[in-house]
Amino acid sequence: MLAKRIIPCLDVRDGKVVKGVKFEGVRDVGDPVALAEIYNKQGADEIVFYDITASYEKRGVMLDVVSETAKRVFVPLTVGGGISTVYDIRAALRAGADKVSVNSQAVRNPQLIKHGADSFGSQCICVGIDAKKVANGKWTVYINGGRVDTGLDLIDWVKQIEQLGAGEICLNSIDADGTKEGFDLPMLRAVCGAVGIPVIASGGAGKIEDFSQVFEETGATAALAASLFHFGELTVGDVKEHCRSKGIIVR
Amino acid sequence: MIAIVDYGAGNIFSVKNALDYLALENMLTSAPKEIEAADAIILPGVGAFPAAMKKLSESGLTDVVKAEAKKKPFLGICLGMQMLFEKGYEFEECDGLGLIPGSVRKMEKPGYIIPHMGWNKLEYGVECPLLKNTGDETYVYFVHSYQAVTDDKYIAAWAEYDGKVPAMVYDGKTVFGAQFHPEKSGITGLDILKSFGGLIK
Repeated sequence: MLAKRIIPCLDVRDGKVVKGVKFEGVRDVGDPVALAEIYNKQGADEIVFYDITASYEKRGVMLDVVSETAKRVFVPLTVGGGISTVYDIRAALRAGADKVSVNSQAVRNPQLIKHGADSFGSQCICVGIDAKKVANGKWTVYINGGRVDTGLDLIDWVKQIEQLGAGEICLNSIDADGTKEGFDLPMLRAVCGAVGIPVIASGGAGKIEDFSQVFEETGATAALAASLFHFGELTVGDVKEHCRSKGIIVR
Repeated sequence: MIAIVDYGAGNIFSVKNALDYLALENMLTSAPKEIEAADAIILPGVGAFPAAMKKLSESGLTDVVKAEAKKKPFLGICLGMQMLFEKGYEFEECDGLGLIPGSVRKMEKPGYIIPHMGWNKLEYGVECPLLKNTGDETYVYFVHSYQAVTDDKYIAAWAEYDGKVPAMVYDGKTVFGAQFHPEKSGITGLDILKSFGGLIK
């Protein structure tokens, strides 16, 4: 059986990791390549780089980060943030990314998903979604880093994404994000029940049990976290050992 | 020197990165003479079976690849592994390289997510020099929607996903095929590529 995947996410601005990190033996704590190597050693199943660079001109720096990482880290790499065109997808893949994550731009232009999947294969098109609860069993999709409510129904959107050829969904709960109270299980269950493509759980992980719970209680095939790993509160290895002790298959 | 066949399909740079990391001398090439002169060959591939066979043929490489694969260590990766078989059925029936008996069919697994994407455990079949160090509880990274259908005598490893999914095939001589991506399978994948490099005489 497929192992459940644990995916650390690095927020990168202008080629540097955002927020300080404390890791032994690392001089430049802002170096995303070094941090990716640490996560790789911890047993990360994939690594996501999320580009929050403000200026378009500096986006090339992110590609350098990916290309350097791809020379040293041999697990799948995903690039998200600022992917707007098929050209951006091509550039990320050429730099050494295995997948891209498209978010706001996919909502504005859903054909980006189809064109990306047709050109490079579904397996490399992950659609990132930020969603927030509006009523019991109902969520809407937000864009622009969770700032703008599109009014788009989450379940309608994930079905459309699948139809357009996306290979995977990374589902971030705005309600859960930052709370450290665990993943948004109702939202994940709803989405996993609506589509047949893999769903990555994102947002809300605060303790080690949150990971086993999301795998036991939803159909999520992977769990993503940023700050939890970033600040060294937990290592990827800790999470996997815990999941294994609960009978969950991990690598 | 390992020739990585560059016929316009696939993530050849990841394969090159992995060989560079292992300090295995390699080159990306689409020149028949360089493929003939190489000590070993890797055939990468991502995309659809007929399109890849067509690209290989348009690059004038089909015959040289078929001939050289029988003379020296040859490793097909992902779609490159599927191309080793006699026939593919992705969109349309299409001849493969015919280096290993068998065909490539769409994975039909009701209730299972397709593509088969992620880390799955290797279960071992016939002895294979590329898997001599990999051990038990070993996971490798897969991304595919089609799978090989072949005799057990060619299956060096499989993964369990609603039945056996051939993971590593081997003709018992020089031809190897990995359905998974060794270049994306962490330490295990690097070890497999290192063993492949070690076959060079």
